[in-house]
Amino acid sequence: MKRIFLAFLFTGSLATAAMAQSAQYQDAMVKQTSDLDSSSTFTPDGLQQKANTFERIADAEKSQWLPYYYAAYMQVMQAFMLKDKAQIDPLADKAESNLDKAEALNPKSSEIACIRSLVATARLTVDPMTRGMKYGAEAASQLEQAKGLNPENPRVYMLQGQSLLFTPEQFGGSKSKAKTTLEQALEKFAAFKPESNIAPHWGEAYTRKLLEASQK
Amino acid sequence: MSRFNLYLYILICSPLLSLAQIKITGKVTDSKKHPLAGVNIAVKGSYDGATTTADGSFSFATTANGEQLLSATLTGYQTLELKVNTSTDQQLNIVLKSAVNALRVVTISAGSFEASDDKKGTVLKPLDIVTTAGAGADIANAIKTLPGAQQTNDREGLFVRGGTGYETQTLIDGMLVRNPFSSSLPDIPGRGRFSPFLFKGTTFSSGGYSAQYGQGLSSALILESVDLPERSSSSVGVSVIGVSAGVDNLSKDKKTSYGVEADYTNLAPYFNVFKPKQAPNLGPEIIGTSVNFRRKTSKTGMLKFYGYGNWTKMGFNKNSLEYPGYTESFKLHNNNVYTNLTYRENIGHDWHLYAGASFSSNTDNINADTLLKNYAPTLIRVQSDLSQSKLMLYKNLGRFSVLRFGGEYQYAVEKSTMNGYHANYVDNYTAAFAEGDVYFTPSFVGRVGGRAEYTSILGKMNFAPRVSLAYKVNNYSQFSIAYGDYYQKPEPQYIRFDNYLGYMKATHYIVSYQRVASDYTFRTELFYKKYSDLVKTVPSYNNNGSGYAQGIEVFWRDRKSIKNVDYWISYSYLDTKRNYLNYPSRVQPDFAANHTASVVYKHFFPKLSTNLGLTYTFATGRPYYNPNLPADKFMSEKTITYNAVGVSASYLTSIRKAFTIFVLSVSNAPGNKQVFGYHYSSDGLRREEITPNVPRFIFLGMFMNFGIDRRQDVINNL
Repeated sequence: MKRIFLAFLFTGSLATAAMAQSAQYQDAMVKQTSDLDSSSTFTPDGLQQKANTFERIADAEKSQWLPYYYAAYMQVMQAFMLKDKAQIDPLADKAESNLDKAEALNPKSSEIACIRSLVATARLTVDPMTRGMKYGAEAASQLEQAKGLNPENPRVYMLQGQSLLFTPEQFGGSKSKAKTTLEQALEKFAAFKPESNIAPHWGEAYTRKLLEASQK
Repeated sequence: MSRFNLYLYILICSPLLSLAQIKITGKVTDSKKHPLAGVNIAVKGSYDGATTTADGSFSFATTANGEQLLSATLTGYQTLELKVNTSTDQQLNIVLKSAVNALRVVTISAGSFEASDDKKGTVLKPLDIVTTAGAGADIANAIKTLPGAQQTNDREGLFVRGGTGYETQTLIDGMLVRNPFSSSLPDIPGRGRFSPFLFKGTTFSSGGYSAQYGQGLSSALILESVDLPERSSSSVGVSVIGVSAGVDNLSKDKKTSYGVEADYTNLAPYFNVFKPKQAPNLGPEIIGTSVNFRRKTSKTGMLKFYGYGNWTKMGFNKNSLEYPGYTESFKLHNNNVYTNLTYRENIGHDWHLYAGASFSSNTDNINADTLLKNYAPTLIRVQSDLSQSKLMLYKNLGRFSVLRFGGEYQYAVEKSTMNGYHANYVDNYTAAFAEGDVYFTPSFVGRVGGRAEYTSILGKMNFAPRVSLAYKVNNYSQFSIAYGDYYQKPEPQYIRFDNYLGYMKATHYIVSYQRVASDYTFRTELFYKKYSDLVKTVPSYNNNGSGYAQGIEVFWRDRKSIKNVDYWISYSYLDTKRNYLNYPSRVQPDFAANHTASVVYKHFFPKLSTNLGLTYTFATGRPYYNPNLPADKFMSEKTITYNAVGVSASYLTSIRKAFTIFVLSVSNAPGNKQVFGYHYSSDGLRREEITPNVPRFIFLGMFMNFGIDRRQDVINNL
């Protein structure tokens, strides 16, 4: 025990500065990602606060993709909650610019494609009549890409289920199909092991809510 | 183990913990001292910072030491960076300036209605144009519900602000379209040739338009074709008048696409059931095809090709007005080809290049005869071929200002034969233009430009100056004024017989105000247009015609007040007189009504997945020529007022895997009587009303799409 302690101390003191930085990063990210599924986060103000915090971490670190990713996720969720539709596009632009930075650091990510799909959906809501065709297709194709990059990513199934649930039947939506897809998402959530404790792991609680809605 | 971790933690982090924390507090406002919420305050290079609350205040602690850079960021505002000394607590008051982004910048708007998906603040979107009930998916018919356009439904083209249909030019991707409307029979206007779905943007300019465009005295309809499709798809359609099918293919790398479409229309079965006023003796039968190829040649480069071919035959018999008891026959064969190739690229250093080439050919073969009369039939053949090329360069100057210049060349061959008598001519047309959009401030812009033209057939040059100014009062409202000279060659039928004619000329003066919010649009415009050098045919061909047009127009559109409803209202007042062709004096011409109004109403019922559309149009009576009146009473009588109600309903469903839509639309549903004017026999003893060939048209169709969901298009295609 003592030995290990000393060994640790030794290496630790050599790398104190570097470790401090990365420990600070880990700590901050663990703190910020722990309550992503909590309902108190999901208010427009709460989301903006979180998005700002992630942006601060992202800009200080510059080489980590996750803070950019989370900032974009917070921004797109905020876009969904906005009443003033004129604000959606600027926010979606911001989210997209964060996703571009995240993608440059971590290319071919299934998780990033999922958020891109959400951004397309947010843009669609501004004017479904004229934007439906373009952004509906974009949202679906991003999810297909996400699935191709990682078929085990539960968020892909969650978002596909959500889309099936909220799309009118005449447009290809279906409650029963939504239910199947959401159940599949829960199976994937059960099997899903995030790469680290700060890697994307949100959505299970929301999937249960969606599943409930699909059974009504 | 937890204790071990704690030790480790303290050891490693002790240097940080030993630092003193200082507190930074403050408030952020905009330049008008309104608090700003949601501002991201950050100490650069650290995680430390905060988000401002509703009252604009913030407070956080930081361990960063010494002089630090603090940033304040909020969407729509310029990011502010300031140095702060973090050795003691700080109280800061921060003022953010609003960012000048493209959305808030004023744009030239006098005279033009822009419909586009790309730009914000447009009055109508491309789909809106085709969702108009009663318009029959025809661009020009939908445009007729906007202020400035007349309800001249017995003639082809857009009659704008006292101008004739010939005075409106149609352009696709910057290239002129010589025959934008299908050839048709007398008193029955031809439809627009191009499907509204080809275009992502439509600009209807009723005056004061840019020096980029010439040869239109009144108006320009500027169409911009779509880029690459979202994905590959195929479609079929069946209706009471014909069938259609198409494929659209997008390459795997999403950089290249091609599409092929074909349609066949035969109105004969429909006319067997619903008898038209004039009985068909040929067709009506139409075969149409189109191909397109689009390639993204680089991140900023785009190459587009569009080709269109159409073969029409139609003919009708009617009772002769000239020879009572006899029948007149009129038969038409038309072939039309239109091709358009354009290339756009950003060539670096803020320079952009546009190049275009186009060839089109249109042939009408007409056989007009009074049956069982001994006269030989009249045989007319008119062929127009037009080749054109255009090159334009533009450069961005500063953040918003742009300088554009370029040139255009057209080679036209106009052939016409009437009963063996030929009247052919060739014209070489050259034009050069230059224009600058100068932003004095982001909310105040001036456009100054000019256009010089020369046509070999007239052997004359012209120079047309154009100036516009626009000032944005706030985020929603702006004032604009425009002035410009416009020149146009006389119609081929006059040039053919007299090469000594000169250009016709119009001068526009426009003042406009508009307020555009996301859910509603209000717009009003005042205009004065002076015509000079119009063609006179009496006593001999000359350019001594003249005239004027003035009026006021109002447009209101609202998408918010009633749930699931979108409606607009337009009203135009027009006062115009002209002396041209065989007119003995300056009078109100027979294509102009003093008051025109439209109400377009669209209601979506989500539960029934049905769209309902209603369009009402009204116009006061138009003058007509009565040969029995003395010359000082020329055009003094007017027709009855024009009333039309178009209704459409569409139902969405899916059949197996194909998205399917059923469509029912009825033009002039109540069957109101519509009289556009009168024809008189040459002795003036008999007359007949000019009325639509069918009082109401009922359309029923089904469209299926495999792949991409295009149903919304089809709903709107009514």
